Amino acid sequence: MRKTFIDTLCKIAKDNENVWLLSGDLGYNVLEQFSTQFPHRYINTGVAEQNMMGVAAGLSLSGKIVFTYSISNFTIMRCLEQIRNDVCYHNLNVNIIGVGGGFTYGSAGYSHHAVEDYGVLMPMPNMSIFVPCDPIETKLCIEIAYEFEGPSYIRLEKNCNYSVHSSVPDYSIGHPIQILEGKDATIVCTGGIVNEAMKAAKSLAELDINVSISSLPTVKPIDITSLAAILNTPIIMTIDEHSEFGGISQLVNKAIIQYQINVHEVVNLCISDDIIYSIGSQDFIRHKLSMTSKKIKETIIKLMNS
Amino acid sequence: MIFNNTATLAKQIRIHALKMTANAKASHIGSCLSMAELLAVLYEDILRIKCESPNWEDRDRFILSKGHGAAIYYAVLAEKGFIPKEWLNNFAENDSKLSAHVNSHNIPGIEVSSGSLGHGLPIACGMALAAIASKKNYKIYVLLSDGELDEGSNWESILFASHHKLSNLTTIVDYNKTQGLGDVKKILNLEPLEEKFKAFGWSSIRVDGHSIHEIHNSLTKMPLIKDKPTVIIADTIKGKGVSFMENSLKWHYCSPNPDELKKAISEIENT
Repeated sequence: MRKTFIDTLCKIAKDNENVWLLSGDLGYNVLEQFSTQFPHRYINTGVAEQNMMGVAAGLSLSGKIVFTYSISNFTIMRCLEQIRNDVCYHNLNVNIIGVGGGFTYGSAGYSHHAVEDYGVLMPMPNMSIFVPCDPIETKLCIEIAYEFEGPSYIRLEKNCNYSVHSSVPDYSIGHPIQILEGKDATIVCTGGIVNEAMKAAKSLAELDINVSISSLPTVKPIDITSLAAILNTPIIMTIDEHSEFGGISQLVNKAIIQYQINVHEVVNLCISDDIIYSIGSQDFIRHKLSMTSKKIKETIIKLMNS
Repeated sequence: MIFNNTATLAKQIRIHALKMTANAKASHIGSCLSMAELLAVLYEDILRIKCESPNWEDRDRFILSKGHGAAIYYAVLAEKGFIPKEWLNNFAENDSKLSAHVNSHNIPGIEVSSGSLGHGLPIACGMALAAIASKKNYKIYVLLSDGELDEGSNWESILFASHHKLSNLTTIVDYNKTQGLGDVKKILNLEPLEEKFKAFGWSSIRVDGHSIHEIHNSLTKMPLIKDKPTVIIADTIKGKGVSFMENSLKWHYCSPNPDELKKAISEIENT
């Protein structure tokens, strides 16, 4: 995802000399492509996120289109007030790239786990939030964020050696992308976990259980009508590597209530408070949260038999 | 050089700010009064700006980072023709255009909203960078309070500005020695302030923040040293110009009652 991000940004910056990139002293083996090609539009602002976000606002107020890059928690939580007051209030074209979505950083520990990130940003005015699931969605999200007036946050995982999509899907901001259709259960998910859901669905298909899978590359804004339209099975499951609060389960549950959708079971797989002390790889923590493809499959079977 | 217009402007905006805070029962009149001369010199003599074209691309940029001093800032904008003077009459009231902390939304002449401390200088750094990158020769001025320098974000920017040689950036510190709950020296001492800026790679000058001549003299020399940002540390008096408000913490919070307002205006008019 990081590679796709920088490839996409370099293409954009080649065509538009107003595009700048700021880094909070992170991006080793990622950002060099930009800093080499556009040295006068790249600044490593140092380990100083408050200043970075303020500088981004000042550049944007002067007509520049700014991308900032850091680990998600550092670039959101450390400078949240700069995002709120300086970037969002003034509706500036500042695009915040946060790396390390969910448990990407695994055993690095809680400081590096972005599991409250988009929840924190959800209420921020004018803010669009993108959580791509693979390189294809990453490219789409970066291009839309660039063209879209106003601030955005794009949550990336680190590396991504898979592609969920086999081709570029139709996508407009705020709409879910239905990747698989199925009559037995619906899984709505966002970010890298979509890949786990896809693996579960393929395995379930072998048992003649057909699961619908939808990715939410945008979690804000969200078109609640089109979200409701995909919730057409008796079993609904949401999965995101994020706290329940501000996570996608709240969006899906809202759609169910608002559109009075008749469902048999709703299961929300998300981060619980007790997991924050778990140390281990992304897969290890996902397993504890029943978010691996195997566990997702087992849960769907159990729900179908209940 | 005689600065009659500047002195008159300082008086006018003090009186506006007194009336505005009295009318709205708003706080921070002391913080407004301490920077009257600084704003008057900037707006009368220094800033290259056009009220008929507030978004003129090559204008100098001014940011009031101490956003709680909004009343006198709106007053100087009104006196210089950026906003109608009538707007001052319902400052901070329901459905007003002017909030009690600086609001830029739909207000001509204001670059950026402020109110939470420690935001102006990083934004000013971004503007200064953009100007240099675009080969523009406009300048960036940012006015900070002294208490505001407690905020770590400023020190990130102070490092950043000298590292990137932002010589088009001038920071002015309204050093009135009083912050939220008392004396700056007792709460979180800033001294030796000039030496701190110098150690961070800035050029600096210390002036009497109520001497129009000294302020003007320093602002016309910017940058003091090639390739360095400059800080002007302006020694000021909180509540300056109204005897019973000077150096009194009470006027960080209270607004004058009708008798106090009358007395305050009379003192300013007769100096």
